[in-house]
Amino acid sequence: MVRFLIVRTLTGLVVLWLISMSVFALFYVVPSNVARTLGGRQATPETIAAINERLGLDEPLWKQYASFVGDALQGDLGYDYYHQVPVTTIIAQAVPVTLSLAVGAAVIWLVLGITNGVISATHPRSLADRSLTAFALFFYSMPSFLLGLVLLYFLYFKLTQAGYAWFPPGGYAPLSEGVGPWVNHLLLPWATLALVSAAAYTRLTRGSMLDVLSEDYIRTARSKGISERRVTYRHALRSALTPIVTQFGIDLGQLVGGVLVTETVFSLPGLGQTAIIAITQQDLPVIIGIVLFASTAVVVANILVDLAYAVLDPRVRIS
Amino acid sequence: MSDPIMSAPTMSDIATTGHVPRTIEGRGPWRLAWLRLKKDKVAIWSLVVIGLLVLVAIFAPFFAWLTGHPPNVQYRETGLTPDGLPVGPSSTFWFGTDDLGRDVLVRVAYGARVSLGVGVLATMLTVVVGVVVGLAAGFFGGLVDMVLARLIDVVLSIPFLLVAVALVSITGPSLLVTIVVIGFFSWASMARIVRGQVLSVKEREYVEAARSLGAGDLRIMFIDVLPNVMAPIIVYTTLLVPVVIVAQATLSFLGLGVEAPTADWGGMISTAQRYYRTAWWFIAFPGSALLITTLAFNLFGDGVRDALDPRVDRLIGR
Repeated sequence: MVRFLIVRTLTGLVVLWLISMSVFALFYVVPSNVARTLGGRQATPETIAAINERLGLDEPLWKQYASFVGDALQGDLGYDYYHQVPVTTIIAQAVPVTLSLAVGAAVIWLVLGITNGVISATHPRSLADRSLTAFALFFYSMPSFLLGLVLLYFLYFKLTQAGYAWFPPGGYAPLSEGVGPWVNHLLLPWATLALVSAAAYTRLTRGSMLDVLSEDYIRTARSKGISERRVTYRHALRSALTPIVTQFGIDLGQLVGGVLVTETVFSLPGLGQTAIIAITQQDLPVIIGIVLFASTAVVVANILVDLAYAVLDPRVRIS
Repeated sequence: MSDPIMSAPTMSDIATTGHVPRTIEGRGPWRLAWLRLKKDKVAIWSLVVIGLLVLVAIFAPFFAWLTGHPPNVQYRETGLTPDGLPVGPSSTFWFGTDDLGRDVLVRVAYGARVSLGVGVLATMLTVVVGVVVGLAAGFFGGLVDMVLARLIDVVLSIPFLLVAVALVSITGPSLLVTIVVIGFFSWASMARIVRGQVLSVKEREYVEAARSLGAGDLRIMFIDVLPNVMAPIIVYTTLLVPVVIVAQATLSFLGLGVEAPTADWGGMISTAQRYYRTAWWFIAFPGSALLITTLAFNLFGDGVRDALDPRVDRLIGR
């Protein structure tokens, strides 16, 4: 187990190193006009050269990378080009927003997806199964930005027009202002992110449960007189969860993308929106910082998912 | 003599009964899959919808001719209210107009070209790269497999949309860049699936037989192994098309899709979000077009999967 963890951590570090190199190379190889943007229209060539020197953009690429890695290992990701704010500060401000969005949505979609999948699988061909399957397929095909706008239109705009101002049009309220406003601002973003993903999990759970429920050991459990409820949740669901955990690991990478879109639609000042703004401004330290931070999160989360395997499936523990 | 299964018809049979008794013909797995797919009404109807969408894309100029509104002409007099806002659906503009007074119907039709074109091309790129890498990794094993498997892991742990958006912002939006970026980040899951399948197929007797007949690696890979891992590749490919279409629309929505003034659904919805309070049609029509497209491809993909992998337990619920 310890060996497994060490190997996974080392692979994760190699992955991060490769990502950092490719991202760095990509963004720095392309001629950047940051100095021109910062210097303004009237900037003389001298001013631009001075700006380039201040930002370290006149150094050879490998030197820039070396000093970047050196600083990054000490927890310093550089400063943004425009306001000289440390990138770590920018990330630290955005993380609570993104975390609130992502964790809340993940909990909702896992609970919703797995429950619906189990209901579908234990009552195959019933009305509930058919409607849940259709429902899942609908949201599975729905692009998240479209769902976000549809929710905004009906649940914010139409409701407010009708005199029920239940939901805000967007923005974020930190937890320090109270749980109520926090939840209120996040409900629609959560729904946007969760409904699209829950659909995939409903389909996955249904298929996986149907596979498991036809196994011999389930028949054995039933013939021992164990209640159907216990058979479903203790015996079947536990092994049916393995493919779901795999999928969850893969989806964490995609979650970053979902967060990007959802934050843009609901103007939530999280990592996604910060990244989009940095990208439009060509603010390289911020872009690289966020890409690396997000990749690290995905790599770490994947290691945690592998650990979850071992808990769910004793066979993994032995090998 | 009367049992047609037991014996082939003889001349005397035909002479006495006057017709040829039914013989049992062999059906290959592909033919069986097609027969199953044909019975799946939902899949066939989604195929019809996909066909219609392709027709709309090909004959997009027909809509411009029908309405008399070319896709990029701005009707500032008739297509905008005195306040400069889009006008709603009417007999002149069936789907209303956009923020610049252009005909939404015509632009939705032209947008089908972008969505389907990118959908097909980026999927093809993904499949070719994924299949070749997966085949090589699974077939050669050893060091090749180790390097390629790590590479797959690296690509899978890159936050796709974030890096894609950043990349496109450097190169500037263009269809080619969109296709390459989507292909570059999508091949890894395909490669992983193919690799797994190849690992189990390459130990089969017929591969050994081919090798003992003197077949080379390339021949075995593409003639003996590839056809036997085709079913999962086809299933995954059909289900990949809607994912790619959504990816393109999302890039476009974030402002990094196609160059203006080319019409595309994601870009239209992106502009429309600023007008969602006043011009519902501006979101509703491109949005529905996008949703119908992805739904049709997903339903068809499900049908293809059931047809190629007809396990009873999966069919129980249908």
